[in-house]
Amino acid sequence: MQTIYTIIDILLPIEAMQFTFMKNALLAILLLTPLLGLLGTMAVNQQMAFFSDALGHSALTGIGLGIILGVSSDLLAMLVFGVVWAILICRIKQTGAASTDTVISVFSSTSIAAGLLILSRGGGFAKYSTLLVGDVLAVTASDLLYLLVALIVGVLLWAAMYNNLLLSGVNPSLARTRGIRVQLTECVFVVLVAVAVMLAIRWVGVMLINALLILPAAAGRNLARSSRQHAAWSVGIAVLCGVAGLISAYAWDTSAGAAIVLYAAACYFISLGLRRFVR
Amino acid sequence: MPDQCCSLCRIALDKVSVTRGGQILLQDVSMHIHCGQLTVLIGQNGAGKTTLIRALLGELPHGGAIRHVDGENREVPRLRTGYVPQHLQFDKEMPVTVEDFLAAAFSRRPVWTGVSRRTRQMVLDALRTVECESLAKRPLGRCSGGELQRVLLALALHPAPDLLVLDEPVSGVDQNGLKMFLDTVARLKEQHHMAILLVSHDLSLVRQYADHVALLDKTILVQGTPDAVYASPEFQRVFAVGARNLTSTRHHGADRWTPRVSPDINEQEANE
Repeated sequence: MQTIYTIIDILLPIEAMQFTFMKNALLAILLLTPLLGLLGTMAVNQQMAFFSDALGHSALTGIGLGIILGVSSDLLAMLVFGVVWAILICRIKQTGAASTDTVISVFSSTSIAAGLLILSRGGGFAKYSTLLVGDVLAVTASDLLYLLVALIVGVLLWAAMYNNLLLSGVNPSLARTRGIRVQLTECVFVVLVAVAVMLAIRWVGVMLINALLILPAAAGRNLARSSRQHAAWSVGIAVLCGVAGLISAYAWDTSAGAAIVLYAAACYFISLGLRRFVR
Repeated sequence: MPDQCCSLCRIALDKVSVTRGGQILLQDVSMHIHCGQLTVLIGQNGAGKTTLIRALLGELPHGGAIRHVDGENREVPRLRTGYVPQHLQFDKEMPVTVEDFLAAAFSRRPVWTGVSRRTRQMVLDALRTVECESLAKRPLGRCSGGELQRVLLALALHPAPDLLVLDEPVSGVDQNGLKMFLDTVARLKEQHHMAILLVSHDLSLVRQYADHVALLDKTILVQGTPDAVYASPEFQRVFAVGARNLTSTRHHGADRWTPRVSPDINEQEANE
């Protein structure tokens, strides 16, 4: 760990980075943003922005249920609930019972309401407010380890399933004739997004997590012509905005999550302007 | 009948039926799709054409039997199906090139990491068989309906299928594009001797290209050579209005048949 800190000191010799909590936050951002950037490309292409928003909201319910059931770790409660929630939405979507955005909206509102109901019992919601806005400066060295594992597992899974997901998204019947298990692929993707969102939510917050997933990918989409360019732009923008947002937040003494998202939003609007030159 | 043509000589449908939510979508559909032949399925909207395709692709549970039989009447366990869907539901602004799309199907390497030289060659070869190599670098959403149909055909042909199922788009492909497409299909039929099932809405082109025509309305009303089917009373009854145009005039554009009735709700349900 000390070696990594020294490397950061050499690479980023600025005032903000002299503190260990800032170094940890930087590392957390470097581990999280590439995964969100990659997953975002497909979320954007498959028009699932609303879906990942609903997933973020389910974190509230996850923690609430965790408290009721006496689960000691917030993260575990959020992860388990997030994954179950994601699979549920996915299955209901696949049965085609109602249009997708309606299904997602129902799930989203249910989870917010249930979460608020539990967490605000006895007027104690204030202590969960960090969950809404997140606090990336609270990352510890041990958190970094599981973020690293998540990044590696996430990217490997992503590499294994991307092609199948692309074909399934274009035409499910066509994908099936090529031996792809469409529903399974969709569910694995949704679970992967759920895990990434739940891991990031403590640092970025319920309100901003979706922006971090969608904005870099949406900006990248305006600048890219191929899948590879899309992934490269999306990851690049996500990482760059993450680092810039963190440093700016220190300088301005404000929320890092908000600064990161605003940088990403700026990238999106710039990309919108550049778009016609790309195509 | 080319009965000794290849290891897999026909796909035999025997009393195939599909029921959904208590409604009969298909009943007692019996027909043979021979290899080396272009079999064309025609019928009104809601006649069950898409349902039959989905049953063939194994997507819908069905009664009766669909067997793959070789020249000696032995059953062949595996059937490789190539499928060209009617339409693609993807975001037109999606930054995925034709090359990405085909490479995603041809290779295991995730296309966001790029496309290997070997795969790129495979993609170009595949596009060459449908005469559109120039599309490789074009984003999928920038292809016209006809171009997209060719790309899908290129995909359906690799690896070479035993049965090629083509669901012709109702709109979005002009008469010229459709003719080019059918010329390509006819050439493939000669070269590769595969069984081809085409669902078509263009009755005049069907007559030109088909070896075998089946008229569907929940069941097969009549089947045989194009001339025999077109002369049948069943055909006259089903296409009462359109048929008059078709048999008398053959000028371009005007002979594209448009459905008289609104799409049947049954078929729409089955499509979902």
